[in-house]
Amino acid sequence: MTDSKYFTTTKKGEIFELKAELNSDKKEKKKEAVKKVIASMTVGKDVSALFPDVVNCMQTDNLELKKLVYLYLMNYAKSQPDMAIMAVNTFVKDCEDPNPLIRALAVRTMGCIRVDKITEYLCEPLRKCLKDEDPYVRKTAAVCVAKLHDINAQLVEDQGFLDTLKDLISDSNPMVVANAVAALSEIAESHPNSNLMDLNPQTMNKLLTALNECTEWGQIFILDCLANYTPRDDRESQSICERVTPRLSHANSAVVLSAVKVLMKFMEMLPKDLDYYGTLLKKLAPPLVTLLSAEPELQYVALRNINLIVQRRPEILKHEMKVFYVKYNDPIYVKLEKLDIMIRLASQANIAQVLAELKEYATEVDVDFVRKAVRAIGRCAIKVEQSAERCVSTLLDLIQTKVNYVVQEAIVVIKDIFRKYPNKYESVIATLCENLDSLDEPEARAAMIWIVGEYAERIDNADELLESFLEGFHDESTQVQLQLLTAIVKLFLKKPTETQELVQQVLSLATQDSDNPDLRDRGYIYWRLLSTDPVAAKEVVLAEKPLISEETDLIEPTLLEELICHIGTLASVYHKPPSAFVEGNHGVQHKGLPGSAGSAESESPDAVSAGAATEAPAAVIPSQGDLLGDLLNLDLTPPATTGPLPHSGGMQMGAMDLLGGGLDSLMGAGFGAPPAAMPPAFSAPVSGSLYDLFDLDNGVGMPLGSFCPPKTVWLPAMKAKGLEISGTFVRHAGVIQMEMTITNKAMSVMTGFAIQFNRNSFGLAPAGPIQVPSPLSPNQNIEVSLPLNTVGPVMKMEPLNNLQVKKTLVVFLFRQVFLATWKDIPNENESQFQIKDCHLNSDAASNKLQSINIFTIAERTVDGQDMLYQSMKLTNGIWALAELKVQAGNPNYTVSLKCRAPEVSQCVFQSYEAVLKN
Amino acid sequence: MIHSLFLINASGDIFLEKHWKSVVSRSVCDYFFEAQERATEPENVPPVIPTPHHYLISVLRHRIFFVAVIQSEVPPLFVIEFLHRVVDTFQDYFGVCTEAAIKDNVVVVYELLEEMLDNGFPLATESNILKELIKPPTILRTMVNTITGSTNVGEQLPTGQLSVVPWRRTGVKYTNNEAYFDVVEEIDAIIDKSGSTITAEIQGVIDACVKLTGMPDLTLSFMNPRLLDDVSFHPCVRFKRWEAERILSFIPPDGNFRLLSYHVSSQNLVAIPVYVKHNISFREGSSQGRFDLTLGPKQTMGKAVESVLVSSQLPRGVLNANLSASQGTYTFDPVTKLLSWDVGKINPQKLPSLKGTMSLQAGASKPDENPTINIQFKIQQMAISGLKVNRLDMYGEKYKPFKGIKYMTKAGKFQVRT
Repeated sequence: MTDSKYFTTTKKGEIFELKAELNSDKKEKKKEAVKKVIASMTVGKDVSALFPDVVNCMQTDNLELKKLVYLYLMNYAKSQPDMAIMAVNTFVKDCEDPNPLIRALAVRTMGCIRVDKITEYLCEPLRKCLKDEDPYVRKTAAVCVAKLHDINAQLVEDQGFLDTLKDLISDSNPMVVANAVAALSEIAESHPNSNLMDLNPQTMNKLLTALNECTEWGQIFILDCLANYTPRDDRESQSICERVTPRLSHANSAVVLSAVKVLMKFMEMLPKDLDYYGTLLKKLAPPLVTLLSAEPELQYVALRNINLIVQRRPEILKHEMKVFYVKYNDPIYVKLEKLDIMIRLASQANIAQVLAELKEYATEVDVDFVRKAVRAIGRCAIKVEQSAERCVSTLLDLIQTKVNYVVQEAIVVIKDIFRKYPNKYESVIATLCENLDSLDEPEARAAMIWIVGEYAERIDNADELLESFLEGFHDESTQVQLQLLTAIVKLFLKKPTETQELVQQVLSLATQDSDNPDLRDRGYIYWRLLSTDPVAAKEVVLAEKPLISEETDLIEPTLLEELICHIGTLASVYHKPPSAFVEGNHGVQHKGLPGSAGSAESESPDAVSAGAATEAPAAVIPSQGDLLGDLLNLDLTPPATTGPLPHSGGMQMGAMDLLGGGLDSLMGAGFGAPPAAMPPAFSAPVSGSLYDLFDLDNGVGMPLGSFCPPKTVWLPAMKAKGLEISGTFVRHAGVIQMEMTITNKAMSVMTGFAIQFNRNSFGLAPAGPIQVPSPLSPNQNIEVSLPLNTVGPVMKMEPLNNLQVKKTLVVFLFRQVFLATWKDIPNENESQFQIKDCHLNSDAASNKLQSINIFTIAERTVDGQDMLYQSMKLTNGIWALAELKVQAGNPNYTVSLKCRAPEVSQCVFQSYEAVLKN
Repeated sequence: MIHSLFLINASGDIFLEKHWKSVVSRSVCDYFFEAQERATEPENVPPVIPTPHHYLISVLRHRIFFVAVIQSEVPPLFVIEFLHRVVDTFQDYFGVCTEAAIKDNVVVVYELLEEMLDNGFPLATESNILKELIKPPTILRTMVNTITGSTNVGEQLPTGQLSVVPWRRTGVKYTNNEAYFDVVEEIDAIIDKSGSTITAEIQGVIDACVKLTGMPDLTLSFMNPRLLDDVSFHPCVRFKRWEAERILSFIPPDGNFRLLSYHVSSQNLVAIPVYVKHNISFREGSSQGRFDLTLGPKQTMGKAVESVLVSSQLPRGVLNANLSASQGTYTFDPVTKLLSWDVGKINPQKLPSLKGTMSLQAGASKPDENPTINIQFKIQQMAISGLKVNRLDMYGEKYKPFKGIKYMTKAGKFQVRT
């Protein structure tokens, strides 16, 4: 008697049969029928037609039958909303049942029915259940609030459920606390600015108490929540660490990793000379090692996280190299991760063992793994100088195996070794040259050609070797072609007499027969250099190259800091900030590591403003990596007071988010001022004031025919202790400038201005230091103009409302190109906008738009409508094409925009509107 | 949190789906199938797969993929741990966790999943509590239910659910009170060509089967607790007591549970109980290879090494192996090139050996890769780390329980490179 019998009814009229059984008088028959229905449902069959019959079975005192009907309801209520209403009465009744199991079940199921009409009826029972005497019901109800919020957020807020939920954090039952935390965290995720989790020392204490008593899953929720807290000082930080440390011995690996996250974050606050700091470091290693003996899936996630931890604090695992040795039957994804960590941990002390291991791996079967192992040997050579020689000889041994992909990979890494230790290992070149013929991958060929060109003077037959490559020049990939061109030019400069013919051949191949612009350009440059000034050519081509850096693939420190705060999450698996990929999570707040007291490490502005009350470090340099944060992070760090106080004195500077509050912000300013003059905490981030930084309304004069938006106040004096900044962006003779008026509205003098830009969508960065004649006395204001360039790091920001169309480059698109591009961009990327009340004719509009470098490419008239086809290019290289429809006599224009990056459309449109209307 | 769960069998059919929030179309699994195709072996399918709107986190157990669909940022370890817990629960309920068993019990499976997760939040995952909510199917119960029309769903709120000891139900009664503890250690080791140890570590667990009446409070102490510097405990263990006195003090769950797991790392010296003498060689230009393998005991404290199984993935160029075993039987699969030799017990007087030739493809060059030898074995009545239980005491109840401790050592990933 098994449930598989429920699957076997394949006769015709199955639904009909089930219907009859469901309406049977016999309880047992009914139950069997419902089971059959559920079985069909699990395999994806549509049994929604039975809805009314199943719902009829709901009123029963048989708990199993009730549960089964509830299961069915959850699945199909959405498709039968009107019928689902029938069930409401039973739900409401069940919520009053004396059996807590049934009360909980009812409220739980009701929350799962995603039908608006039902949710209205849910509110009252839910409110009761949240205050139920039985903790089992309360904890179920807490989760139900999260469900309801997912369906109808407004309703939850209006009904005040959020407050009730917050109250549950102080519940006497740890399970209820855990579920309340979990529910609040989930709600907070979709509600970035709601400040739901108001963490203060009291709530922290409650959470830490509940942590010891709740289930493993609850511990995960609580630990993840604790990680968001910023302790007031190192003592509080230490006491939290002490209370969290026992979690490292939990059997559930997710608990362990969440605890590691909390500890890694709060450790930042501890002074390094504290004994406890050392103890904590020692305690972190064993649990991490233990994670590696778990199932491979767990190992993978653990390894990805260990990779981060090792980069941040290599000392934790420096003695644990052996646990990362690869077992031959590890899944490939585990092998590759282990290899990565082995290289990171490689040091002079263990390099001999590591190399022996790597050599072993290089003879394995899996090609990807072998390649990575060979590459790892090269990376060891570059990282540990003392081992370079041994690495090179290991690589040579591997080349002797003649296994094709091993040889190629080895040559690629040997090239890197040459770049790190020039003129040291050239003796191996002969061996490399023997394998020339077996190279068929572009990267290996390019590497080999580079080596030949670089050491041409020591290779007797360098010209023959390069000539042999030249034969199939056109079939090579671009990488190889470029490398070959450069190598031959190098050869020519070193041995001019014998190779004139060769160099002419390659130059003509590159410039005349190639249609690759990069190759052609490089060819012409060399040609011209060689023909006009061979000495200069020598200086350029044979210039001394900078040594390559030690570790090339380290995660950028600011990103690393953020990722450390997200240990154990998807972000840590992908090594990307959460905002970069988690859908529907636009409001992720960045997390920064708290600064350690007394050290001058760079900190993220968030952390500082939150921890402003603590002893702040002497100089605060908001880290550039507040990744999504602000467009511009003005870091104005004047010395403390007028007097020549020592910098470290009691000076307190905090970085402050001008526009804080998540992603709306365009600009953040870190600034400092004497501590005496102001209250210690100015934590509240200002929001919104800069929202419309580029809002281009009301026209001011247009210098040089270009449009210049008026200055707006970026930083009001109130928020910045008397420093007011207003500014705008203009473009003078092709140079983007930021013009600012800085006003000192404080009582004391300000000096020592500096500016720093956060990474932004356009790669804007100051081209020179900011020139502010200091000191700036009270009530004085000055005009500063700062030239900018666009070579800074580019980072996509959301929203892109800081787009500036006037920075478009001079562009002219041919009509055909325009059409081709227009067709090329998928229709989904098209957006239409209406510009109302614009009284310009098409020519005037076109001229006006040209002033901001939007160019009209074509014009035609269809049915009395003027159609203008226009193009623009933003400084970050994004193209946008537009079709502007102007109808004589109709003040409303229609703009259709097509762009490969649809995010910018809205901003482009705003610019259109602003320009056309003034 | 966890949105949906799909179970996929070895042939790539989705045979069960469960949604805890809105329904996610099963087409989302196409991304999983793509990844599966790219991976050569099922084991190599990456555990976390991104898709445009969801993330798929999967575990592979008993040749079934358990694929969880998530939509927002969730700790992946949380999901993986939970999925393993689901598998454990199925195994606990149905004895085995196979497609057939799941299909046979589909309604119970559904009830279980519903009970384990609410809106993606874990609800009840302790096997004791689940068993009170949903009774495991037994032949007897099925028959009784059919006759009496009663149900296998518990009518009462599980007693342990909200107490300070959520892992134990109240009112437990046994006529024979007994507590058994199994100390099981697995050695993971890599031995290199020359027989020296590259890495060796021990993963140990203490599994318990406790059937005691009432609310017993147990303490377990060790002769050499200093061995245990890296431990993970069952939630019932009082951590403070361990920190202070190195004594395990706990109120046990009822029935089978894992009391603690520990790790003895390569820093300490790990004894290697077996050695292998091997000579696997190919000569250039010959279509024959030599295979010669002898096993022997080493550091076993006089205990017998049993259930020895040797397996090795021979190079792809090997067509067949013509070997003779001094004891046990060997098989060679010419398709997968897997050689396995079931040795049985090692007799120290007459060491087992496997000798003979391997034939290669005529004219093929000598294989580059060196096969790795994988060894499994068991040693009864010994914990290789030397861990010994000192005594077990019970407080809080009056009766005298029957106590028993068993030791065993097994090979985990024990690999010998050649």
